[in-house]
Amino acid sequence: MASLNMVQTIARTLDEEMTRDERVVIMGEDVGKRGGVFLATENLFDKYGPDRVIDSPLSEAAIIGAAVGMAVHGLRPVAEIQFADYVYPGFDQLVSQAAKLRYRSGAQFSAPMVVRMPTGGGVKGGHHHSQNPETHFVHTPGLKVVYPSTPYDSKGLLKTAIRDEDPVVFMEPKRLYRAFKEEVPEEDYTIPLGEAVIRREGSDLVMISYGGTMTETLKAADALKEQGISAEVIDLRSLLPWDEQRVLESVARKGRVVLISEAPRTANFISEVAATISEEILDTLEAPPMRVTGFDTPYPYAQDREYLPGVNRILKAVQQVIDY
Amino acid sequence: MTTAEKTLNAQEHALHLLQQMLRIRRFEEKCAELYQATKIRGFLHLYIGEEAVATGVMEALQPDDAVVATYREHGHALLRGVSAEAIMAEMYGKQEGCSRGRGGSMHLFDKASRFYGGNAIVGGGLPLAVGLALADKLRGLKRVTACFFGEGAVAEGEFHESMNLAALWNLPVLFCCENTLYAMGTALARSESETNLTIKAASYEMPAWSVDGMDVLAVEEAAARAVAAIRAGGGPYFLEFRTYRFRAHSMFDPELYRSKEEVASWKERDPIELFSENLRGRGLLSDEDLVRLEQFAAEEVARAVDFAEAGSLEPLEELSRFVYSD
Ligand SMILES: Cc1ncc(C[n+]2csc(CCOP(=O)(O)OP(=O)(O)O)c2C)c(N)n1
Repeated sequence: MASLNMVQTIARTLDEEMTRDERVVIMGEDVGKRGGVFLATENLFDKYGPDRVIDSPLSEAAIIGAAVGMAVHGLRPVAEIQFADYVYPGFDQLVSQAAKLRYRSGAQFSAPMVVRMPTGGGVKGGHHHSQNPETHFVHTPGLKVVYPSTPYDSKGLLKTAIRDEDPVVFMEPKRLYRAFKEEVPEEDYTIPLGEAVIRREGSDLVMISYGGTMTETLKAADALKEQGISAEVIDLRSLLPWDEQRVLESVARKGRVVLISEAPRTANFISEVAATISEEILDTLEAPPMRVTGFDTPYPYAQDREYLPGVNRILKAVQQVIDY
Repeated sequence: MTTAEKTLNAQEHALHLLQQMLRIRRFEEKCAELYQATKIRGFLHLYIGEEAVATGVMEALQPDDAVVATYREHGHALLRGVSAEAIMAEMYGKQEGCSRGRGGSMHLFDKASRFYGGNAIVGGGLPLAVGLALADKLRGLKRVTACFFGEGAVAEGEFHESMNLAALWNLPVLFCCENTLYAMGTALARSESETNLTIKAASYEMPAWSVDGMDVLAVEEAAARAVAAIRAGGGPYFLEFRTYRFRAHSMFDPELYRSKEEVASWKERDPIELFSENLRGRGLLSDEDLVRLEQFAAEEVARAVDFAEAGSLEPLEELSRFVYSD
């Protein structure tokens, strides 16, 4: 066991997967010698050489598109988009090409590949370095979308993503890259996609989140505990597929749910979770599902912490579902 | 004009060019300091070393021309006429900033000077420049749009689409490629099959020249010639400015991709030093002149910092405004 932060874990996991499977190839801007701007591919260039850790020019469309081509041809590309905000120039290749290849070719071809992208705000990055584009991808049948919140999960989920037979968008909450360390086992393990995890047991309500906002959600749960309110906290970990069963079971038992996500409010992925809850288990609810989200604005620079669904906003929503 | 008058004019102009470069240099040195002091946050990309490019090109433009820039745009904004105060306040995230403090360093905008923004998406500004120029053409206006970008952008699809459209439709765009040899950590030769960027540009059927970007006079002359040709209806023009950034790509960059010797050798061609020496050699720059120019720059920076310090954050409720027209 080693105590690692998230970005160290990702680098190690990539290393392990490259050793395990020769077909795994990394590609992206400055992923080679530089080891990636966040160092998520540190040391891999020295170890595996330029044919397996490919530095590419500024060409997001071609990075993702070439990954599709390599994947079709039997490789297991892991493309890095340096910031999730830069995925848009490559959007077509991900949404129209990678996602649809299997279906479009009548199941003759497929693109088993991973597109990693440091995602989210809270680092004063401003409009083009803070966004949370997950909704675009969960709205794209053919893609899978994963969004871990801990070093341990990053390893298990990244391994699953790399071994998956379909294209996986792997979103990494960049403000948590170095936020904390935890014990990460050296041995190989995977975490299935679509399996949520309970981070805190609780009996009064359920709080559901994923990725970067897990931190705020857990802090809110701790604050509630001091007030004598017992909140269960669920980390979805993967958004497409997502763990409907776990969510419905928990929410049905507690009757109250608050959903937290940092992406803009309209058509936020958690609205899908809320809608499913309403459709499936309305009769068990004591209060409407309540969302706490980012705002329907671009991500502002100076007050980006206020944009995040912070502890106070979460607590307010909890109060509302309790008082309802 | 008498010879004496000519010399006088030349001197005045030369000192003006030096002044402009110094304004950028001192402003950005302060920015670096303020970043360390966490007054400026997020990402900060300094233009130090490249000042001759913005300086020379801006001289060639008229007030009603347009400028499109990148995330490394403090100098372009400053010389375009955006006040140092408004730029600094923006970098502080204050609502008195030129974009209300919403974007910071990489998102400077100013309608009055037709400064259409920094842009943190590499290549993101090029299509906009094409559109501005197309509008000018369709409206019969003899205006030029100068579009700045780094050589890294040349690998993006948006570069090629924009170059093609500008040439195809004969649009008044001046493409200003600031070739610093590295896009973040990626050397030109590792990102372009054809490293001669003027050949690349010329393949779109537009005039394309390579210019010493450390020589402010060379930049000014090339830009003036290009702008004149564009304004005369000649269509787009591509200028590659060979320059170098003396600082790291941004404030987080271990600079493993280039040697200290290489940086040092480029610093020997510091555009400000080169030009100052040139002027001194001709007797056009005295110590007193330099003190005066430095003082002007220092005062401007001091005013900018005071203004930014005194500014305020936009009230939170206001942040939901201007996503759409009110
Ligand atoms: C679409 C996109 N991809 C990647 C980035 C990250 N990035 C920012 S600047 C940069 C290097 C750009 O180099 P260049 O165009 O030469 O300009 P310079 O920084 O040298 O001024 C990279 C890779 C980005 N901002 N946008």
